[in-house]
Amino acid sequence: MNKHFSGSSSARLDPTALTVVPLRHPGRWIAVALVIVVVALMARSAVSNPEFQWPVVARYLFNPLILKGVGQTIIITVIVMIFATIGGTIAALMMLSPSKLLSIPAAVFVWLFRGTPALVQLILWYNLSLVLREFSLWLPGYGTVFSVATNDVMTPFVSAIVALSLHEAGYMAEIVRSGLKSVNRGQSEAAACLGMKPTLSLKRIVLPQAMRMIIPPTGNETINLLKTTSLVSIIAVGDLLYSAQAIYARTFETVPLLIVVTFWYLLVVSIMSVGQYFLERHYSRDEQRGGPPFAGALFKTVFRFGRKGDSA
Amino acid sequence: MNASAGHHARFGIDPTTMVYASGIRKSYGNLDVLKGVDLVVPTGSVACIIGPSGSGKSTFLRCINHLEEINGGLMLVDGDFVGYRLERDRLYELPPAAICERRADIGMVFQQFNLFPHMTVLENLVEAPVRVRGEPVKDATARALVLLERVGLAEKRAAYPRQLSGGQQQRVAIARALAMNPKVLLFDEPTSALDPELVGEVLEVMKDLALGGITMVVVTHEIGFAREVADQLVFMDGGVVVEAGDPVEITTNPRSPRTREFLARVL
Repeated sequence: MNKHFSGSSSARLDPTALTVVPLRHPGRWIAVALVIVVVALMARSAVSNPEFQWPVVARYLFNPLILKGVGQTIIITVIVMIFATIGGTIAALMMLSPSKLLSIPAAVFVWLFRGTPALVQLILWYNLSLVLREFSLWLPGYGTVFSVATNDVMTPFVSAIVALSLHEAGYMAEIVRSGLKSVNRGQSEAAACLGMKPTLSLKRIVLPQAMRMIIPPTGNETINLLKTTSLVSIIAVGDLLYSAQAIYARTFETVPLLIVVTFWYLLVVSIMSVGQYFLERHYSRDEQRGGPPFAGALFKTVFRFGRKGDSA
Repeated sequence: MNASAGHHARFGIDPTTMVYASGIRKSYGNLDVLKGVDLVVPTGSVACIIGPSGSGKSTFLRCINHLEEINGGLMLVDGDFVGYRLERDRLYELPPAAICERRADIGMVFQQFNLFPHMTVLENLVEAPVRVRGEPVKDATARALVLLERVGLAEKRAAYPRQLSGGQQQRVAIARALAMNPKVLLFDEPTSALDPELVGEVLEVMKDLALGGITMVVVTHEIGFAREVADQLVFMDGGVVVEAGDPVEITTNPRSPRTREFLARVL
């Protein structure tokens, strides 16, 4: 700083003419080079190794049985997510209730279904008929109204829906609960002072704000669930993985068919990520004017390579 | 709350009384926050409540519209209970939905504004008249625009609350409360969360309302505003009313030493 004052007038620097030399990152470039080499080696192996049987992959990619499996996987995911969201929201509202008679059963529900593996629950529900032979409604003075054998109701598909819905509802309850708690108490007070009834205030004021906290983890949960549904192949539900297994049990083309399965899971997950992006933007529309274009945002997320602050 | 529901006569209260509070007690566990507070606010008048923090003045205000349940005393708004139904000599606690119906007539403005952040300014104003009172959207919108004009923010109708300054947000919050045509407006330290240079614009709007004849109960630290606008000034400390009366009289010539001490600190 002192230079400005002590230097002779001929050596004085023009501050507007100074060039800024950016910091170099040699380590980063070495890392990039290493990654490129590894990726190239993997690609070479994938292309040159005949065991991958790429032509077989191409042949089965749009096989009707595989496509039916994809459809089944998506249907299970959607149905389970609907039940889980409804069940989870009810459990969350119960957990937030001032009455212990409501909050404790809800907490136990979450503890029970979140604390046991999905696979175990799946097999348990599938084998329900070992404990309960039939469902029946019996009224005193009237007799049996109706009765069905458990085996007729608990088909593999229904067992899968019940087990995964309960499991997922446990997770959703926690997500919804934390979302609701994130909304400032003043919001429901303001609504109450405007004469809004608790249900109206929940629907119009609290839930839309909680959504901002609920959507991102719910998107992740849905993507997780899509992959978790592959467990239902254990109880012979014809999902994507089960369809592939059915084919390679016959043809022994195990790896190419698993590549087909991988491709479809990745494709569906990618499409869901796009949907999640737009949903998140919808619920935070007061935060941004317009918002970044999707392609730009995706580019920034994927190639976060520039200096820190570039993406800010 | 229709006229027939008023219990003015049964309790021997002047029928022009808007807020009638007598011996209000409120405690949280062992902590007594209000120890018998009295206040009578005639229709069309302005009452300002001042006092040190922790004196119970905000709690008292929240008791008026039943945001806080009182533990004792008689609290009537326009001659009726907010949280109860009187039948013969019994008070039946009302369900939340019924309380909300009665609360719609009591506007409230908060220290932290509490605007709905996911709605535009106009949507904030239209929400309750449409959803609670069932007004047609067109009518509610027209009235909302008149109110926004009145608080000087008509051009901000499409903005979201976070895009506004604190002063503007509070003016929108006042307009939102007015959109329900309340019988009485409660203000809970409306300028305490504002930058000093923004306080004036909010007080200006409140002054305008007071001149327009709206009944107001204002908890505030703005002694100047109280002196100029209030019909009565109430000084609270330790959960009781220490002194109440003419604002100019109290601020220039306080009788209680506690009032004198407080005024010396804030003036």
